[in-house]
Amino acid sequence: MGIIGQGLIEALRLIFTFDSEVLNITLRTLQVSGTATLISVFIGVPVGTLLALKTFIGRQAVVSLVNFGMGLPPVVVGLITWLLLTRYGPLGFLGLLYNPLAMVIAQAIIASPIVMGFTIAAIQSLNPKIRLQIMALGASRFQFLFLILKEARLGLLAAVIAGFGGVISEVGASMMVGGNVRGETRVLTTAIVLEVSKGNFEIATALSIILLLISFIIVAVLTNLQQKGKLLA
Amino acid sequence: MAVLAAGCIKPKKTTSSGEGQAPAPKVKDVILVTTTSAVDSGLLDVLIPVFEKKTGYNVKTVAVGTGQALAIGEKGEADVLLVHTPKDEQKLVDSGVGINYQLVMHNDFLLVGPKNDPAQVKGLKNCALALQKVAQKKCIFVSRGDGSGTHKKEKSVWKKAGVTPGGKWYQESGTGMGQTLQIASEKQGYTLTDRATFLAQKQNLKLVPLVEGDAVLLNVYHVMQVNPKKFSKVNAEGAKAFVKFMVAPETQRMIGEFGKEKFGQSLFIPDAGKKMSDLAV
Repeated sequence: MGIIGQGLIEALRLIFTFDSEVLNITLRTLQVSGTATLISVFIGVPVGTLLALKTFIGRQAVVSLVNFGMGLPPVVVGLITWLLLTRYGPLGFLGLLYNPLAMVIAQAIIASPIVMGFTIAAIQSLNPKIRLQIMALGASRFQFLFLILKEARLGLLAAVIAGFGGVISEVGASMMVGGNVRGETRVLTTAIVLEVSKGNFEIATALSIILLLISFIIVAVLTNLQQKGKLLA
Repeated sequence: MAVLAAGCIKPKKTTSSGEGQAPAPKVKDVILVTTTSAVDSGLLDVLIPVFEKKTGYNVKTVAVGTGQALAIGEKGEADVLLVHTPKDEQKLVDSGVGINYQLVMHNDFLLVGPKNDPAQVKGLKNCALALQKVAQKKCIFVSRGDGSGTHKKEKSVWKKAGVTPGGKWYQESGTGMGQTLQIASEKQGYTLTDRATFLAQKQNLKLVPLVEGDAVLLNVYHVMQVNPKKFSKVNAEGAKAFVKFMVAPETQRMIGEFGKEKFGQSLFIPDAGKKMSDLAV
């Protein structure tokens, strides 16, 4: 049996014996990437909405910048975050380096432009008549925004899925600012890198399978939510 | 509340150098920057929990290449270093950044390569001579190429051999030891590796040890604290406790025992209290 087969068996063993270290790493992965995604939604959706609806000078440049940010290389984000957070760096007084929070920050920087970009696309792809219709019905500013976001919910959920997918699969930034500290900042991706460099390919494959599995489950739940919304509309 | 409560329970005496049972440390986190080879061997997974239990500190072990480890130390971003490039470490000690510099242990490097040994270096006692042969025959040699301690060691042996490696046969992997061994195995090339990583991965590799035992191949680990007089944010007490722990007889015994069960031989030879000059075999 090849390494992949052995990895599969190892993955099943780790999952069903509730291996405490793997469980710990998996929970931390969800915690870090989940929090980062949440932050990126709180930043990305409002800013994205603003950029989609408002017209101002230089708007196109800003949107280009956001679209560029959707492809930020995680390792560059990691390096810059690391430099900012080092003891003697500008934000060193916070003492965040090699803590899960440092990873959350780096991942939020990676995910925010993604969520923002998708939000802009989702709102701009709405039929312009909807806007006119909502305004014609005499909606207040708040009601207007609420209805627009409701109309764009399919695209917004796609934004969340893309943002989450971007950070849970990321390794460069997490490795750099988290340091892959056992029991503290080790997440699935950094653990995979470590096991590969140790030559434990079965365990690395097993962790990869677990990573794929949880990211599939989460995306499936979000997709379910998205498609249900579509049927109800 | 928790903060207030914690503030009330003060350690009995913070000025004593920590004899007896561990007083609760003031700053719990100790940042240990070390090399990937030390972590990949699994030794620290055995030692660190013992240290944490004994002292109450929480060690954050960050594994990077030696080049990065020394650079981080130089900037005061680490509390304590465990590294294996004595020549470069000396610069840190000389500049006053590294203090309490102590010899901990050594293992050794091996020149490994394919079984059929196209360069015919098997059994040579002189690694530089072996590399000369590899270069002459233009056999594939996979270098770490990452500025790590192992890479630096490799470069120093090339220098001794009087060869400037280059060309198609000399390939730089830019990855850690484990992956470099895999690449060398796939390409059936030669590479220089530390014994611990090689033994740990032997079953996955189509490589055999060819040259060993040359004094130039010793891999010596030192521990040092980053000078708190230069960098006020350093956890000096924690770093000091860690250095003390690494050279303590009990720890040294654990180092000597490590790997015996799994590989039938020690991966590291404990050396606390010795001098570099004692090590030349």
